Amino acid sequence: MPVTLTIDGQEVTVPKGTTILEAAKTIGQQVPHYCYHPGMSSPAMCRLCLVEVEGAPKPMPSCVTTVMDGQVVHTQSEEATASRKAVLEFYLVNHPLDCPICDMSGECSLQDYVHEEGRDSGRSREPKRVFGRDDFGGDVLFYGDRCVMCTRCVRFMSEVEQDTRLTVVDRGNRSVIDTFFEEGLDGTNWHGNIVDICPVGALVSKDFLHKARAWDLEHTPSICTSCSQGCNIDLHTRDNLVQRLKPRENLDVNGWWMCDHGRENYEWINQGTRIEAPLVRDGNGGSKAVDWKEVLGALLEQANGAGAVKAVASPLASNEDLGALKALVEALGGGETVYRSARAEEEIVLKGFPSLARRKDLSANTTGAELMGLERAGADDATGGLADVAGHDGVLVVLGDALEDQPADFGKNAALYVFLGSHESEASANASFVLPVTTFAEQEGTFTNVAGRVQRFWPGLQAPGMARPPWLILGALVAELTEADLPRTAADAFAALASAVPAFSGLTYDDIGTRGALVNEPVQLSGD
Amino acid sequence: MAYPYVSDREVRLLSTYFGDPKQRHIETYVKRGGYSALEKALGMGPDDVVEIVKSSGLRGRGGAGFPTGVKWSFMPKEKKKAHYLLCNADESEPGTFKDRELMRWDPHQLIEGCLIGAHAIRAQHVYIYCRGEFFEANQVLARAVEDAYAKGYIGENILDSGHDIEVTVHQGAGAYICGEETGMMNSLEGRRGEPRIKPPFPAAVGAFGKPSTINNVETLCAIPHIVKNGGEWYRQWGTEKSPGTKLFCVSGHVIKPGNYELPLGFPLIELIEDVCGGMKDGNALKAVIPGGSSVPLINAEEARACKLDYEGCVDVGTMLGCASVIVMDETTDIVKQVRRMVDFYAHESCGLCTPCREGTTWTAQILRRIENGKGTEDDLDTLMEMTQNMVGTTICVLSDSVAAPVQSSIEKFRDEYLALIRRGERVGAA
Repeated sequence: MPVTLTIDGQEVTVPKGTTILEAAKTIGQQVPHYCYHPGMSSPAMCRLCLVEVEGAPKPMPSCVTTVMDGQVVHTQSEEATASRKAVLEFYLVNHPLDCPICDMSGECSLQDYVHEEGRDSGRSREPKRVFGRDDFGGDVLFYGDRCVMCTRCVRFMSEVEQDTRLTVVDRGNRSVIDTFFEEGLDGTNWHGNIVDICPVGALVSKDFLHKARAWDLEHTPSICTSCSQGCNIDLHTRDNLVQRLKPRENLDVNGWWMCDHGRENYEWINQGTRIEAPLVRDGNGGSKAVDWKEVLGALLEQANGAGAVKAVASPLASNEDLGALKALVEALGGGETVYRSARAEEEIVLKGFPSLARRKDLSANTTGAELMGLERAGADDATGGLADVAGHDGVLVVLGDALEDQPADFGKNAALYVFLGSHESEASANASFVLPVTTFAEQEGTFTNVAGRVQRFWPGLQAPGMARPPWLILGALVAELTEADLPRTAADAFAALASAVPAFSGLTYDDIGTRGALVNEPVQLSGD
Repeated sequence: MAYPYVSDREVRLLSTYFGDPKQRHIETYVKRGGYSALEKALGMGPDDVVEIVKSSGLRGRGGAGFPTGVKWSFMPKEKKKAHYLLCNADESEPGTFKDRELMRWDPHQLIEGCLIGAHAIRAQHVYIYCRGEFFEANQVLARAVEDAYAKGYIGENILDSGHDIEVTVHQGAGAYICGEETGMMNSLEGRRGEPRIKPPFPAAVGAFGKPSTINNVETLCAIPHIVKNGGEWYRQWGTEKSPGTKLFCVSGHVIKPGNYELPLGFPLIELIEDVCGGMKDGNALKAVIPGGSSVPLINAEEARACKLDYEGCVDVGTMLGCASVIVMDETTDIVKQVRRMVDFYAHESCGLCTPCREGTTWTAQILRRIENGKGTEDDLDTLMEMTQNMVGTTICVLSDSVAAPVQSSIEKFRDEYLALIRRGERVGAA
């Protein structure tokens, strides 16, 4: 049942049971708040979201007050702004104002709100209360003096992760967040989220501590590659390096959260051992760097009549890359393509948001690979399974798999061995052509998650040297071998995939947008 | 009887047996007519009991003065879930000591009131949440409950009426905030003692998520008398809007401090000068806090005009609260007195709402600075404005309680603050 009310002079119609705070969001009015978080219960204790409701005897907390027909709400009236100004003054009585050395500075809502609506100068002349710093275990440091006591972190641990590790001890203005004994947050799997939801610099990441200022970071929407859940994330980058990963809200996939496993797994993207130029081997162990035109020309020449194709692809490659690989294999006369992927024994489910889990499958695009007909090979630690491939005497194409477990003579017998990789790898030693490709962080593309949701990601880093996205390299080869057009954008490559693989047919980049879209076929991962 | 002080001006209904240890024994209580009101009530329908209480005009004695019968009528008439009656025995308002005496001397009167109340609101379980520091009251109550179980006044099929009511005495752990009704429910459930947001109100979602009613000890103690004698009988005392008698806890600079049960509407000045024997050492009256530390204090002039009922106190700019009359004479250092009260609130704030968590301590800090001669006149403006920001902006009214003494004292005794600020002069030696 819809309810119509007036907020700041604007008529709003929202479903019954909506809070005033959420209703105000629909007209673009953000009511300042700390303790309220849409993913958790609302204790209405920060008292910052108080708004004026006509007819109510006192200002009402908009985070718990539900809308009523004909209600007239003012979020910007004198009463409402005066109330926020007053509450903000209380917040600063004991706040250390150490913004210059605080990690949260620049993205701190206390800083923002006080700048927008606070008093010009504080009136408190009293000595401030001091708590100091506490190691909460895991990746979390606690600066008690900065805390605004919103208890989001306590509620995240008890309501969402459902492993109560934090609590409020003592009362009054001595009350402070603390852990139980020495145990702290060690051994929990989602505690990184409490750093995200902390509205101030009270909870900070040890990993990110003093690494970068918030205003120097570029944010790029992306997808976490650490399992097949496909959590929506932002890459936070500076100086062409990923500094941290942050979850990006998507209620269909990960809510507001991501796991610690995914959050911590980013340093590989920054590794410097990159392949920067196409290499051609001369057969005597020597190799030389050449330009793209030359390498692709030489490659096509050798591919002619080189025999049956076997390909190994990484499930970290995008749908576009895998689709282009599939097209190339077919253009070369067909063959089989396998992928290897690490699998964990157990899922780690986020109990308070059970559609989110660290999935068993630890690669971003296993589902995409399966939908394109790639065969799973090897063990659950992503090793082995390539006995047939290693000694293959026809065309051998490797995309993205670092082949760390493979013997030194891998691919030695191949008539043509093409290795497309981002980082240097010993297994490429026998490759006739080593082609530098981008990582997911440097290119545009899509992954298909465990539920069959196709999700886009965007490039947040500059690709090193001459590295190019695999779909472009493979697409160029396919265009030479067949009638197909050269894909000029990732969207072109996706369109080619959509016309070739039924599961993707009808989907376009526009449909997928920033929220993702489901593939046409029910998804069943092998091994599940 | 040896109870500290009695006065012939008193009307002793609830406090008849103060000072008589025999009254604690169930045999004596029954011999003196106890539990007959329970028997009468159990023979009536719950709604009829509510009607009697409504007709008496009895108002809640915990401080807010809400009509008890009306409060009971908010409970669902059809019992779909468990109902609970919670007796608020967490008496911790500074200056208040009436519930303690009611429980110490006449525990069965309270138990009988609880049982009648439980019947009226269709509750099958009564929790008496007794303040943790009241060791004696807790023991006396626990013993009385045990006796009442043994005699069949509590438990299954009470007095063959077919009604089952259980009674549990719960000893608190010592927090002022647990005397706030929703904080009490949290504490009873084993959670942190913090108030809950209303709505939902306790009559809809109360203790353990079930409909609950919370009544003060003194309120429930009056119930057996009202049920036994009728609502009109109770109205012979007090005023039209504030009927009945009330226990007044008088402390401070009077000759005979103590608990006095008087009809509501009793003049404050007569309480001080007649009932309590006048001011100590012949000193002049300076200020009175008539309802416990949470209400505004009044000066001598206002005290002379004050009638002790819910309306009479409002007329002179204060509140009756729980009728804890704190009398201060001319030697009192008002600033120190107010600072000590604010210290109490700063210590007892649960820390949930920001204005209270930060404001209570901040207020105490400023007052302490003024007391130490380091204040400025701006501090008074800051105190007035800042405490006003603590009114109506929090979940419960603990922070409003800080504003009351601070604002009223600055308004009425500004000279004393200014003397400290300008010349470092202190009043008296209190």
